[in-house]
Amino acid sequence: MTALLAILKRDLRLALRQGADTLVVVLFFVLTVTLFPFGVGPEPEVLARIASGVIWVTALLASLLSLERLFQTDYEDGGLDLLVLSPIGLESTVLAKCLAHWLTTGVPLIVAAPLLALLLDLPADGLGGLLLAMLLGTPTLTLVGAIGAALVLGARRGGVLISLLVLPLYVPVLIFGVAAVDGAVAGFPMRPHLMVLGGLLLGALVLSPWASAAALRQAVE
Amino acid sequence: MALLEAQDLVCVRGERTVFAGLSLALEPGEALVLSGPNGSGKSSLLRLLAGLLRPAAGRILWQESPIADDPQAHHGRLAYVGHQDPVKPVLSVRENLAFWTRLKGGADRAVSQALERFGLLALADVPGRMLSAGERRRLNLARLLSAPAPLWLLDEPTVGLDKGSVATLEAVLAAHRAEGGLLLIATHLPLALAGARELGLARYAGTEAAA
Repeated sequence: MTALLAILKRDLRLALRQGADTLVVVLFFVLTVTLFPFGVGPEPEVLARIASGVIWVTALLASLLSLERLFQTDYEDGGLDLLVLSPIGLESTVLAKCLAHWLTTGVPLIVAAPLLALLLDLPADGLGGLLLAMLLGTPTLTLVGAIGAALVLGARRGGVLISLLVLPLYVPVLIFGVAAVDGAVAGFPMRPHLMVLGGLLLGALVLSPWASAAALRQAVE
Repeated sequence: MALLEAQDLVCVRGERTVFAGLSLALEPGEALVLSGPNGSGKSSLLRLLAGLLRPAAGRILWQESPIADDPQAHHGRLAYVGHQDPVKPVLSVRENLAFWTRLKGGADRAVSQALERFGLLALADVPGRMLSAGERRRLNLARLLSAPAPLWLLDEPTVGLDKGSVATLEAVLAAHRAEGGLLLIATHLPLALAGARELGLARYAGTEAAA
């Protein structure tokens, strides 16, 4: 447990001291969403209609931006060898690193989302759904992304490769994330969609540490 | 009784057999110096014994039980120093060492002592990016002292070290063996290691691609 806390604390500290990484993710999120009114025109009805989809798609892309550095720096400075050799299981190490990654990229995205919802004139009924869906969806993005980040270690242009590997796997989160918001706006219950998002999160919690750890072991061989 | 034993190890990297039929046994307090030309498999052997690589054939035993049966227990009893120094540029010297120490379940008190032993106490609050190559290496070696482990696997630990630090390292290695610790070391620099055996890896050089 001390070892897991040590990993969590170190990664949070690294993210805080290199604050630019988190800032880039949030700024990318905000700037990209603000491009849409310019692209599709300022009619509030159109924007309100596409708001949930725009916010979700942009959140997916923003979270991709930060995935590359999840294991890359440890891989480059030899720290990954020592993480693999730590007496706690590598699976738990991956979980601790994912938690730190979510806290420093997923949470800022959730915080920025209401502002963007306002900007795109998303009906107020959808706001709660958006926040809940993102709360359940963004950890899944981090966990699924970790598999991709572990697989591309050592590859050239790993960042691009991660996108190709991971984006198709993000589709379920996108579908149910958007459905939860649109459902809430249209007055339907959003509970079923949130349940599916929760299920996806639980599945990712079980599968991702195991798959990522296997990929990391392969990377240090 | 041999604490660490390897039987008929075969190491294959890519399509190439690096070495084959390699056996070794180490008793408490023993040191084994790995020698051989570049590419003869010194680093690979150390990584095999650490459990980072898996042997293509053969077994590695600790107290007569295979390390593959319980990798985590094996990880807990070894300290590995590779070619790279895992030092985070934005963390201070003390934070860097404290992290690796906690990961191994070592005490925070040992961190200061380890830093002092390797002459890094004055630099404890300096960020990692300000360190020279030799200082980074000393910080990496300080892990050996802050989280004690019976089996030390050192891959060219003297790279970048000045004379004084090499002497410190020799004293640290001697103290480790005096306490019954095991030492496997690949080095080109002749180190003062009393009664150390030498293992020439060239003898086990593999033939062309494994069938």
